[in-house]
Amino acid sequence: MAQNGTIENGVTRNTSPPPLPQPVKIPEIKHTKIFINNEWHTSIKGKKFPTINPATGVKICDVEEADKADVDEAVKAARAAGQRGSEWRRMDTSSRGRLLHRLADLLERERAVLATLESMDTGKPFLHAFFVDLDGSIKTLRYYAGWTDKIHGKTMPVDENFVCFTKHEPVGVCGAIIPWNFPLLMFSWKIAPALACGNTVVIKPAEQTPLTALHVGALIKEAGFPPGVVNIVPGFGSTAGAAIASHMNIDKVAFTGSTEVGQLIKAEAAKSNLKRVTLELGGKNPCIVFADSDLQSAVEETQKGAFFNQGQACTAASRVYVEEQVYDEFVRLSVERAKNIVIGDPMEPQTSHGPQIDQHQFDKILALVDSGKRDGAKLECGGCAVEDRGLFIHPTIFSDIKDHMRIAKEEIFGPVQCIMKFKTQEEVIDRANSSQYGLTAAVFTCNIDRALSVSAALEAGTVWVNCYNALHAQAPFGGYKMSGNGRELGEYALAEYTEVKAITIRLSEQLKL
Amino acid sequence: IFINNEWHDSVSGKVFTTYNPATGEKICDVQEADKADVDKAVQAARSAFSLGSVWRKMDASERGRLLFKLADLVERDSAYLATLESLDSGKPFLPSFFVDLQGTIKTFRYFAGWADKIHGSTIPTDGEYFTLTRHEPIGVCGQIVPWNFPLVMTAWKLGPALSCGNTVILKPAEQTPLTCLYIGALIKEAGFPPGVVNILPGYGPTAGAAIASHMGIDKVAFTGSTEVGKLIQEAAGKSNLKRVTLELGGKSPNIIFADADFELAVEQAHQGVFFNNGQCCTAGSRIFVEEPIYDEFVRRSVERARRRTLGNPFDPTTEQGPQVSVEQQRRVLEMIQSGITEGAKLECGGKAPPSKGFFVEPTVFSDVQDHMRIAKEEIFGPVQQIMKFKTIEEVIERANDTEYGLAAAVFTRDLNKAMTVSAAVQAGTVWINCYNALTCQCPFGGFKMSGNGRELGEIGLKEYTEVKTITMKMSGKNS
Repeated sequence: MAQNGTIENGVTRNTSPPPLPQPVKIPEIKHTKIFINNEWHTSIKGKKFPTINPATGVKICDVEEADKADVDEAVKAARAAGQRGSEWRRMDTSSRGRLLHRLADLLERERAVLATLESMDTGKPFLHAFFVDLDGSIKTLRYYAGWTDKIHGKTMPVDENFVCFTKHEPVGVCGAIIPWNFPLLMFSWKIAPALACGNTVVIKPAEQTPLTALHVGALIKEAGFPPGVVNIVPGFGSTAGAAIASHMNIDKVAFTGSTEVGQLIKAEAAKSNLKRVTLELGGKNPCIVFADSDLQSAVEETQKGAFFNQGQACTAASRVYVEEQVYDEFVRLSVERAKNIVIGDPMEPQTSHGPQIDQHQFDKILALVDSGKRDGAKLECGGCAVEDRGLFIHPTIFSDIKDHMRIAKEEIFGPVQCIMKFKTQEEVIDRANSSQYGLTAAVFTCNIDRALSVSAALEAGTVWVNCYNALHAQAPFGGYKMSGNGRELGEYALAEYTEVKAITIRLSEQLKL
Repeated sequence: IFINNEWHDSVSGKVFTTYNPATGEKICDVQEADKADVDKAVQAARSAFSLGSVWRKMDASERGRLLFKLADLVERDSAYLATLESLDSGKPFLPSFFVDLQGTIKTFRYFAGWADKIHGSTIPTDGEYFTLTRHEPIGVCGQIVPWNFPLVMTAWKLGPALSCGNTVILKPAEQTPLTCLYIGALIKEAGFPPGVVNILPGYGPTAGAAIASHMGIDKVAFTGSTEVGKLIQEAAGKSNLKRVTLELGGKSPNIIFADADFELAVEQAHQGVFFNNGQCCTAGSRIFVEEPIYDEFVRRSVERARRRTLGNPFDPTTEQGPQVSVEQQRRVLEMIQSGITEGAKLECGGKAPPSKGFFVEPTVFSDVQDHMRIAKEEIFGPVQQIMKFKTIEEVIERANDTEYGLAAAVFTRDLNKAMTVSAAVQAGTVWINCYNALTCQCPFGGFKMSGNGRELGEIGLKEYTEVKTITMKMSGKNS
């Protein structure tokens, strides 16, 4: 008799692993225009901008550049698509779910193409794009597809002769401005909950990385979303992004990017029409490694946390506090492990480290690295650009860092890991919390009480215990303090994309039974 | 018999026959499960549920993927399944295709979406503690489903049970085992691990009773008559206190006010009682019509009933097929006879037409008094009772004067009447200006002796989870 799926009907399973996915040859980039009402438009002002492959420095193609006038057109389309009586508003919630599901299926079908495009446009290794970015994008869409017909209001027992209940309605037209570090993943994180709740969307991908968003535009149309439900306006922050933030006819803006720009967006939202605002901003995320942790695992996890995506992650584990007793060993193991990182062509399967996104970021990172050297931190490895290799920077580890140094306080957004020493639990909690940021944190320990009390004490929206970057569509994500406002993912995101209406019906006194 | 994703003969060697009620002819023989087969199934389901098993270790989102796949497969084979369902149950093919199959697919999809959203809580308890709850699967769930909506009832049972991570032993009704067994093949094709779903066709007093009293089954869910529901709950109590949910009978009141949309009310009241050949737990079998419109309402209802086409389920013009079995047909005819004997006015129908199969003519009684058997007992056939009422207080009292409480309906244009009556009526579902508007997103179940617990909606998940509270001591608690 078959038991628990290990042997099915007497046939042993073939246990050899499947072959690795390959990048796809893309002879021509098909989708480079502005996507409004399920149609492709050229920019009203006739402007275009180039998008570059950061691994080679070569232009991939030109893309139509949206500015305020194009954003206005997109908002008009989104507003019309979301009117009472429109196809989108009248659609069964379960049908909305079917559309999101269909879109997930289409992403799955186009997985290799999208991963290739993403890798070309961002410089991230193709296999990372395929297994992390695409996986996350598809799963996020499927997760929210399941929520659409489960967005419940309540009935509540109010005083006197009334019937009272709430409806969780869509907010309306949602603007979304997303970054260049995980373009497709951030696209999914924004549109999935927004559409699940019945909103319409005007979304601006980053100017460095517009291609996967535009490709998904075609899939949105293929999936059968009505025209105007999703509109994609590639362009620059100071023009198209600002137009979204200050638009009088956009009901909500969701932004992922730097804290600095996040503050501008929030101010613009207030000055214009008090549109609702959610922000996912920067971080200077602390890892705390106790002597009683599995040290090898802690080294691995914290290093992956620091170097994943070339350090270009809001969750980057850029501060590691190691308990005194194991500090030297930790530094030694970290430097040892950093040698295994393979710098190379992102399309090659063995590459685990690609280029930084552009010259601006590249310069900023190296300037911070130099400040670390000048401030007296000890450079353990890396600390410079890869010779003759454009935007590539060596994975860099600093030790003997003092908390006042710039590399200990500012978000670097590059492959730089800073390792500090601590003595006591109370001390390290204080030091970890001494930041205007509060996005993520991690604790490495086998002691249950320590794990619980330290995670309770850390001022961070996500605390990982004995792991790092363990992000799931089912669990909320967002920042304390200046790392953001609001939460994405999980059931929590739905609250950010609904407007609650309370309906109170007075019953006739005569009919009181 | 489907156990561990394999097809088995019955341990006893017994088989039973399933018939086409439209012709009375045998369709085929089916292996008959009894206690020994239930024991085998429990072993398989228990093993599939053990800690560390494929099913227990599976990501919740993956459980959802399997349910979605199952829905896709049902959709792929929906024409075949609708045909099989009509053949086995006698329901007309077009409703089978458009209502039963769609309901089945949507229910699987709805619960597929819940799988990775079954949340526990973290709780700010007093003291130096940290507390969280887990909503764990209960374990091995026995599920006994009826013959009136075999496929839909299968989806209502499997959907939430599997979404929450349980393993299942499902017994379809002996009158209608075929579509449920086909689902077994799709379960295997979808990729559910062996032992997660086991399907045991057989009889109530043998296989059903074995499930209700089994010491190795953690929960039983039953849809069927109130009479058998009581036996099941009793057996559950006497054996191992397994959790019990019941969806039982009804004698649902349909209240029509003079200010109602008249045409709508007549048609909805008609469909409300005659749908599925009258074989619905929700049948609106007591229609209370406000005095001023009573005579006209009766006249129009009779006219509509006379137009109801009785015939071969596979004829697209057929509205009504046969009753599911000769026993059911006899019962319905006996109830009709009691109505005549007790003095209700037989407006139309009242007998079996002279043809093969277990048909009963669409029947309408007027001048029905509340004490009559046809006004109190569940008929489960195409028999409509129309009563008269004067005031709102009176009709609410009469509507509630029953041990049942499954559904109710109100037809009125007036906001106050609608809100007041729906609040006052003792029924798990109250329809306003509609009937049988059932969707998987909304909870469904009975007040009083129409059942215990709710199926469907978010609340349906509650019946398939066991809550565990985990409290950890921690130092330095802060809010």
